[in-house]
Amino acid sequence: MDVKHVAKLAHIAITDEEAAIYGPQLAGIVEYIEQLNTLDTESVEPMLGGLTVEGEATRTIRADDVRPSFTVEEATGQAPDPVAGHFRVPKVL
Amino acid sequence: MSIVSEIERVLDNAERVNGDLNSFLSVERTSALEQAAALDTSSDATPLKGFAIGIKDNICVKGMQATCGSRILGNYKAHYDATAVERLKAAGAVIVGKTNMDEFAMGSSNESSAFGIVKNPWDTERVPGGSSGGSAAAVASGVVRAALGSETGGSVRQPASFCGIAGLKPTYGRISRYGLVAFASSLDNIGIFGQRVPDVANVLSVIAGRDPLDSTSADVEVPDYVAELTGDINGKRIGIVRDLIGEGLDADVKNSIEDAIDNLKKLGAVPVDITLPHAKYGIAVYYIIATAEASSNLARFDGVRYGFRSEEAEGLREMYMRTRDEGFGAEVKRRILLGTYVLSSGYYDAYYAKAQKVRALIKQDYIEAFKTCDAILTATSPTTAFKIGERLDDPLAMYLSDIFTVSANLAGVPAVSIPCGLASDGMPIGLQLVGNFWGEAEILRIASAYEIAFPLIGKPSVFVG
Repeated sequence: MDVKHVAKLAHIAITDEEAAIYGPQLAGIVEYIEQLNTLDTESVEPMLGGLTVEGEATRTIRADDVRPSFTVEEATGQAPDPVAGHFRVPKVL
Repeated sequence: MSIVSEIERVLDNAERVNGDLNSFLSVERTSALEQAAALDTSSDATPLKGFAIGIKDNICVKGMQATCGSRILGNYKAHYDATAVERLKAAGAVIVGKTNMDEFAMGSSNESSAFGIVKNPWDTERVPGGSSGGSAAAVASGVVRAALGSETGGSVRQPASFCGIAGLKPTYGRISRYGLVAFASSLDNIGIFGQRVPDVANVLSVIAGRDPLDSTSADVEVPDYVAELTGDINGKRIGIVRDLIGEGLDADVKNSIEDAIDNLKKLGAVPVDITLPHAKYGIAVYYIIATAEASSNLARFDGVRYGFRSEEAEGLREMYMRTRDEGFGAEVKRRILLGTYVLSSGYYDAYYAKAQKVRALIKQDYIEAFKTCDAILTATSPTTAFKIGERLDDPLAMYLSDIFTVSANLAGVPAVSIPCGLASDGMPIGLQLVGNFWGEAEILRIASAYEIAFPLIGKPSVFVG
């Protein structure tokens, strides 16, 4: 596994020191999980999500009516750099 | 005695033991005493009136911190109550504090918290288990009778086992996850710790049931779990998986589990041999699905809307990348990397799709097993609580300690851990009872009958009683 490349995909700026530690650890874990390849699962339907039969059967559509929500102050007030009801971020370009 | 004076005693105890254990990340004196005073003047008889409870720091309580044990949420305060918390408050329970945890609930030892490790009340050189180690230590040390934790692969049952108390993971969909910070959504559950099984049953009766705010919570009737603790387990068929009581299990744990089978027979239960042929693949499946879901769920922590932001960066992308490197600890980064890898282009079918198929096989094993038994008995963990630092350099060894617990999360079935004796090192051993879907009452009844007939003899060295 190219740890630096995967870290870039995950938006994590890991250092060379971290890559040197995680690389062998992740290689060991990947080797372990590859034991699944010994199982024949050709005819098995995958389990998508964790729902039980009863959970699948539960009606989840709610009435389409207005409900109270967070205020702008609540929604933005804990941001590292809130400005006038918005989130300010470093320049993109 | 007034509720205020009782809650004052609990708060004093929480602060006193925290120096030894670091089990609470916050002790919420002001709000707890306000809540207690209001209860003292109310004539309503609610089911948990004045009952002190601790809440894991990844479950939202309005106005209180919700750090998830992470630097990236170090200053974050919740704007709303989780549904479980709202129901507890309505029932008269008093929230005394937020408990320490492995960062984002990733860990089996509580050593990955950004706010210091938690110590085991039985031996402060040992871990309490994880990831809900703070909740387990708070209950085991006698500060509170019950606490909420969360479970993705055993994070309530394993610390319950390590700390000598009861710990329940419910059926997936039994307790609303609204207000539980997501780690791996198809595996996550809110779980309950209690000093004794009736404490767990009491809390479960209050917080279980359908919640429109969590579309995965199921519309299934909630029994009165306390009334279900009849003590009568005559004729109950206890499934025993012989393969799981063999190698890999510490000798003391193995002996204790064999004694527990005999003890259950004395209570009228009938052991039956069953098999779970795919259980041995549980850890591999778990670390694919859990890390894949985590890599997606934890993408929201990017330094924009809340929490920590790196000051070092120039430009948006560098800000994301540095914030996440500086804000997350090593175990969280390792898991995000693994999850990103297994979902990345060209690998999806080999890992994630394969794991979902094997997950289906594991679930099918349970469906088959429950055709011939009422509950399945295993050890909760292959060992007792290990020494602090012992497994930190070997993540795979740490993961393998979850071998008996992860498959219940993968299948979605409920399971409870209760103490079944002390090992020669003086540490508690836990036995696990896994139930059929929605069968919490059944496993709690067996667990309660067991703890009444065969109570754990001994007390933690840090205990405020």
